[in-house]
Amino acid sequence: MARRDREPPVLEVRDLSLELSIRGRWVRALDGVSLTIHRGEALGLVGESGSGKSLTALSVPGLLPDNARVVGGSIRVMGEDTLGRSERDLAALRARSVAFVFQNPTSYLNPMLTVGRQIAEVFEQSPELLDASGRAGALSRGERRRRAWLKSIESLRLVRIPDPDRIVRQYPFELSGGMQQRAVIAMALARRPHLVIADEITTALDVTVQAQILSLLSELRRQIDMTLLLITHDLGIVAQLADRVAVMYAGSVVESADARTFFRAARHPYSQALLQAVPTIHGDRTVLRPIPGTMPALAAPPPGCRFHPRCPRVLEACARIKPEPVTTGPGQAVACHLYGSPAE
Amino acid sequence: MTGAPVLEVERLIKHFPVGGGLLSRRKVVVRAVDGVDLQVRPGRTFGLVGESGCGKSTIAMLLAKLLEPTAGRIRFDGRDVSGLRGAALKEFRRRVQIVFQDPYGALDPRQTILSALTEPLFTLGVVSGRARAVERATESIGLMGLDPEVLKRLPHELSGGQRQRIVIARALAVAPQLLVLDEPTSSVDVSVQAQILSRLEELKARQGLTYVLISHNLVVVRYMSDVVAVMYLGRIVEMAESARLFASPLHPYAAALISAIPVPDPEARTVAALARGDVPSPVHMPAGCRYHPRCPYAERVCREADPPLTEVQSGHHAACHFPGVAFRQAR
Repeated sequence: MARRDREPPVLEVRDLSLELSIRGRWVRALDGVSLTIHRGEALGLVGESGSGKSLTALSVPGLLPDNARVVGGSIRVMGEDTLGRSERDLAALRARSVAFVFQNPTSYLNPMLTVGRQIAEVFEQSPELLDASGRAGALSRGERRRRAWLKSIESLRLVRIPDPDRIVRQYPFELSGGMQQRAVIAMALARRPHLVIADEITTALDVTVQAQILSLLSELRRQIDMTLLLITHDLGIVAQLADRVAVMYAGSVVESADARTFFRAARHPYSQALLQAVPTIHGDRTVLRPIPGTMPALAAPPPGCRFHPRCPRVLEACARIKPEPVTTGPGQAVACHLYGSPAE
Repeated sequence: MTGAPVLEVERLIKHFPVGGGLLSRRKVVVRAVDGVDLQVRPGRTFGLVGESGCGKSTIAMLLAKLLEPTAGRIRFDGRDVSGLRGAALKEFRRRVQIVFQDPYGALDPRQTILSALTEPLFTLGVVSGRARAVERATESIGLMGLDPEVLKRLPHELSGGQRQRIVIARALAVAPQLLVLDEPTSSVDVSVQAQILSRLEELKARQGLTYVLISHNLVVVRYMSDVVAVMYLGRIVEMAESARLFASPLHPYAAALISAIPVPDPEARTVAALARGDVPSPVHMPAGCRYHPRCPYAERVCREADPPLTEVQSGHHAACHFPGVAFRQAR
């Protein structure tokens, strides 16, 4: 860890603020989001719909929708600023550094091309991947194609696709949902990106297939030192895969902690409520504690702490002042007035 | 278990013919539900769990008489539902209500919530007179913890969680006996899910309702159900009291499903991919035990003989040649 702490983080998001245009009005969708991921780490970014977790993720490789604009903060990938870059630079960033895997593999795969053709294309576009000695430029076109094809078979093997020599010639529709998702992961890993962003990638899958994909990801983390930003609403998935957890609520990170600390002693009242709102499979039937109220609309967020109208432990200051993150223990920061403020 | 079953299902079968091509002589059939027996006792929650394509939603439609079975029998309150006509059918529709997963599709985008809630009250003859209907709708909305103000709204003005609660409120308004809940919380966030589930629990106790809960989410089924049945490719492969089934599953598929749930505890990294591959298509049903191609414990007999659902222990049914094998090996 010490060595890695000296190199720049793979991803560093500082005070990111973003607005969305909704029916002609700009509303604040992200309000000072900060995240750091070091090499080899997996960060689980959790939150309910509307919390801003997907917007945060999309802003990293410059994939924000047209109705979004960044109004403050910075994003650095491997120490390099990515905000305000040209579309050309961003495309290069996505090609080299940041791979994004989405929820729905069918919309990501080209139905007209075999799986192997699609992965081989990635290698053909980046011939440096085909020859470690850096002489790829000297390869004939035919040789490049041959090597790219072999590489795509190797990629399918990496994601534990059984019988890759056969699957590589198949079209996406011939594969099950789980196999499609594996193929998409293979494609994402083809260029050995610095960061993999996985946005709800198992949500559309059946639970037994989800388990297969989760154990694949956890094996890949060890095998190729994959750095992972894992976006999910499922705390179980976070517990199984992530080293650290960041919880978002209504556009802000309300708590970040290492996974063990978080699941043992989450501090923010929203984190605690979230943990108690999920029924568990083991032990006796527990009493669910629903969180009263609903997530505020972006257009009309409450003043101060955005969670205060639903918070069981609300203080007088909560309705007036937005709490800043306070370090409450090793690797744990909480944005809540219960734990004081950085000024004190 | 007390009381005669309010719902009895015997050898229920629903096959869907699918096009084998215009000129094809080959008749292709999806065996969505392929011989299901179950009983639901009054005041209890029967949970039906399984992955996509297992036939659980088809069962929901059959129970609510939105589909007619290919064969088999459904008895509600002691009466075969297949012959119901006219007033008796109307009365059945009032007493058995169904709630679907998708609250967008279940509400007319141009109809106010008030009108969506009062319409079934008139059609099913639950109340006469507008004032009484409005009163009933308001009451029902309140049961689901919603403000009567939502009655004036159109569906698009509400959140997904509010819409889902409205759809449940609409089903409750006609004072049903049995509520078939098909994935009632799979399109909502966990905090909203917790609100809906705990409301449903309260209402069951207070109004003596009976639920059939259909879900792919084992955690939800575990939380809500008294008895649980696990479905695989059109069949029930295991059925028992909920606590017992989750503590000691007898069928390897049930064991795989349970172990596949990511536990929210990093100290217990348990995700074990016990089932191989994906669910096969219900058109090309594997021979022998339907689960054998995915089962790590399959032996020769599993490829040859289809095991029937049998009572392995008192009150605990499983359809497996080697019941308990996965559980014993996990120890």
